[in-house]
Amino acid sequence: MGKTTLTANLGIALARLGKTVAVLDADFGLRNLDLLLGLENRIIYTAQEVLATTCRLDQALVKHKQQPNLALLPAGNPRMLEWLTPEDMQTITGLLAERSDYVLIDAPAGIEQGFKNAAAAAREAIVITTPEVSAVRDADRVIGLLATMDVKPVQLVLNRVRPKMMANQEMLSVDDVTDILALPLLGLVQEDERVIVSTNRGEPLTLEDNPSPAGQAYLNIASRLCGEEIPLIDPSKKRHGLRARLINKLRKTTGLF
Amino acid sequence: MTVLDFINRLLGREKPSGTMARQRLQLVLAHDRSDLNPELLDQMRREILEVVQRYVEIDIESCDVSLETEDRVTALLANLPIKRTREFPLPIGSGSGSGIGSGSGPAALALDRGTRTDTSAQRPAAGAETSALAGPSASLVPGTTEPGDPPAGIQP
Ligand SMILES: Nc1ncnc2c1ncn2[C@@H]1O[C@H](COP(=O)(O)OP(=O)(O)O)[C@@H](O)[C@H]1O
Ligand SMILES: [Mg+2]
Repeated sequence: MGKTTLTANLGIALARLGKTVAVLDADFGLRNLDLLLGLENRIIYTAQEVLATTCRLDQALVKHKQQPNLALLPAGNPRMLEWLTPEDMQTITGLLAERSDYVLIDAPAGIEQGFKNAAAAAREAIVITTPEVSAVRDADRVIGLLATMDVKPVQLVLNRVRPKMMANQEMLSVDDVTDILALPLLGLVQEDERVIVSTNRGEPLTLEDNPSPAGQAYLNIASRLCGEEIPLIDPSKKRHGLRARLINKLRKTTGLF
Repeated sequence: MTVLDFINRLLGREKPSGTMARQRLQLVLAHDRSDLNPELLDQMRREILEVVQRYVEIDIESCDVSLETEDRVTALLANLPIKRTREFPLPIGSGSGSGIGSGSGPAALALDRGTRTDTSAQRPAAGAETSALAGPSASLVPGTTEPGDPPAGIQP
């Protein structure tokens, strides 16, 4: 959970790092990427018209005002799902890849045809999940499917992390999830109210210069994708001061709390 | 976490829910990944025990055959404490009759067609497994028939 939020924030963050980015809304059933980027009022054409060659790609692409390095190719009519093939998706992403450093595909939920279409067009993948049993189980299915489709590497982003609950062991820990899913960790995004505020406004958190914790996490993910080494800090283990360190030590040795 | 939760935790009365989440996930994912339904797994478990029992006497009560998963690799782990080894392996299809699978329901009964005499060298009918019907004393005695005679043609 958090795919569209990640796509929007990562798109902006990569654009800010000087990359040309195309984001493709492949969730034709429940399109949202335009809203999260604040571009919903500027859509004229969609992927549908591009595929039908009734318009050129650059006519359909919607450039972001503040970050013109980023362009959105909007999803077409939900009925596209009925006829769209994996080859169609490959055609679209191929066109986008010609003119961008990064093409981000916002996939639909589930493991049905819509997801398979999106995956067929992807070279690598980022799986994002929350540390909850049902979400991790679903993520495991998706990872299994990606493996059969030869999409790799696949990296993991853990979303809606609540450091306090994790520290109290009232939530799956970061290590639990990475062990179980056996994927390299690309990022940790905390539960953050600002995510909702930014969604309301249609302004991704990564547009800000001093972003909130989640915004910073998305910026870090972008930098890591570009090859920068930024340490991953497990917020549930981050404690300062002597007392905190003592408590941590006690926790580790006793495993009690 | 409430104070009561904390005290329970301190006294070891209650596992933290995060730990439970991990354990439950590991179990359910082992099954998801192997794509074996519980019924098939149960049948496989019984057949494995049957084979092993031809060679060694095992402590059925403490046997554990289960799926585990780590690093996306799923393994079938069997922990079968051995009481003693048999001098000669029992012939194929000689059920041990130690009560594995007993009470495992109609599916087991329907499959339970194998010969269970240790003079028999014949392969039991497909899917035959250990005695769901036979009592422990009945099964290993040569020539013993069981409640509900096996179909003709299988018994030597
Ligand atoms: N780190 C976070 N903190 C708080 N809320 C979040 C966070 N990530 C996602 N959300 C909220 O969760 C909901 C689903 O997010 P979204 O990105 O649309 O998921 P998906 O595209 O996977 O369906 C949205 O309401 C979003 O605001
Ligand atoms: Mg979405």
